[in-house]
Amino acid sequence: MKSTIKNFYLATALCLAGFVAFGANDLSGDGGKKKPAKPVDAASQLKLPGGFKASTVVEGFGRTRHLVVAPNGVIFVKLERPKDGKGIYRLEDTNGDGKADKITGFGNYGGTGMAIKDGYLYASSNTDVYRYKLDGSNDVVNPDQPEKIVSGLLDRNQHNSKSIVLDNSGNIYVNVGAYSNACQIQDRTKGSPGRMPCPILDSAGGIWQFKADQPNQTYGTGTHYATGLRNVVGLDWNGQTNSLFVMMHGRDQLSSLWPQYWDDKQSAELPAECMYELHQGSNCGWPYIFYDQNQHRQVLGPEYGGDGKKGPDKEYQEPVVAFPGHLAPDGLLFYTGNQFPEKYKNGAFVAFHGSWNRAPEPQAGFFVVFVPFANGKPSGNWEVFADNFSGGPDKTASGRVDYRPCGLAQGPDGSLYVTDDTKGVIWKIAYNK
Amino acid sequence: MLGGVLFVLATTLMSQTAKPTSQTAKPTTQGGAMAAQVTRGKQVYLQQCLACHQVDGLGVQGMNPPLAKAKAVLGDKAALIKIVLNGMQGVDIGGESYNGVMAPHRDLTDQEVADALTYVRNSFGNKASAVTAAQVKTIRATTKPPAQ
Repeated sequence: MKSTIKNFYLATALCLAGFVAFGANDLSGDGGKKKPAKPVDAASQLKLPGGFKASTVVEGFGRTRHLVVAPNGVIFVKLERPKDGKGIYRLEDTNGDGKADKITGFGNYGGTGMAIKDGYLYASSNTDVYRYKLDGSNDVVNPDQPEKIVSGLLDRNQHNSKSIVLDNSGNIYVNVGAYSNACQIQDRTKGSPGRMPCPILDSAGGIWQFKADQPNQTYGTGTHYATGLRNVVGLDWNGQTNSLFVMMHGRDQLSSLWPQYWDDKQSAELPAECMYELHQGSNCGWPYIFYDQNQHRQVLGPEYGGDGKKGPDKEYQEPVVAFPGHLAPDGLLFYTGNQFPEKYKNGAFVAFHGSWNRAPEPQAGFFVVFVPFANGKPSGNWEVFADNFSGGPDKTASGRVDYRPCGLAQGPDGSLYVTDDTKGVIWKIAYNK
Repeated sequence: MLGGVLFVLATTLMSQTAKPTSQTAKPTTQGGAMAAQVTRGKQVYLQQCLACHQVDGLGVQGMNPPLAKAKAVLGDKAALIKIVLNGMQGVDIGGESYNGVMAPHRDLTDQEVADALTYVRNSFGNKASAVTAAQVKTIRATTKPPAQ
């Protein structure tokens, strides 16, 4: 097979002299960029279940991360990097054609977190949380003078986004990701043992709770709500259970750091990307354990003496859903609208940004999935809801994709909004029988 | 057009066979030595670098920087060798930030570092001179390992 391909290549290269220069580039891996770009219609590219239709609110908007939709339909979106000096944009459709036509920016910082509650807009940089008062038409009253609610959260590059969500009791929850893969003495280094106990956990690798209406809070005045969470980007408050649900990004590099225990194929699938329901004091076990979805149990991390089979000495919190590895869950939303069919009510949508740590195996993800819930617990298997953000199976496998879903929000009419943080598309997904 | 499509298909398949053959540059002198180094370097790349920098050397957005046509790869060899020996984290390249962590690779031999870098400097559309084990040895002797 190999030699056939090689011969084919040689023949092709010799015959198509005009392609030689192109071919040399392609062999070296960047030929995909050189191909003439097909016109891509971001709205019709998505594959959705019957009756659903996607349209785009904006395209080419930058690094759009999390977003919220106000009760009057106005969208606020957080940009990972400021665009024209602004890190938050207010998008309004004044003529009802579905496209944002009144666009204003504010906030000179990049970041991920965005939330709206009781007349205030909340936004996070990678170190701080701010809030902005909104008026009756969801205009920002003082865009240049937000209240700084929380400051001084750790940003050591790795896992530095600060996702936020509010409960119904005046609290805001902030993720502080661990600046490490598995708390090794030497991060991401083959054979390096884990630090015991992991010192990162005192100020990262968990969720902190703060008062939503008090300025100038820090670690010291907040509550260390949950720990053992490597990195959370997607999180949401579940109004049915009155509890916090999060999606954790599982650890990377089992096979490249510990080839004696895992091969590349196993490492592409492990560990699970887990959904947890958190309560005060929850400990999900990072870095000491990870969840193996094939064995349906927690196993001891290799940095702490694990070999893929040994279980931990103590049990940590069990996930409520375990997805395949490395899919990178960046958005979580419990659907409470009335527009979608009944099965979606109170279920969870999860936006999977897509993998990179499956290489050399094919990459995966780049979709939005749905998990049905009943009585606050998953009531069936998860299914892919919105697919083909990547642009096709080849692009999914290579990871060189068109779009990567990130943020999720629900509109006042029950539509679902999804962001892409590579090109800056915001889709609106609506249902029409 | 069809030829192009088939060509891309063939080359895509080729790239999955992990055989560094015709994609290596062929310098006029020392071509054989360079080719041998690139061949060995590809094996080092597969084991040590591919997980983050990917099969195509284009890295991961926001995490791991691309090696293809990268200044740091094609430019000063001493600086490049230091990156491999000492690791790297949190860099801004061309207006993009990369937050991934690259571990120090002091466990690799001088020859392995030289081979891997020679491979990287002559793949993914790159074309640059070879890195020698002697150069790596010199840099290793004059730079301290990073604090733990």
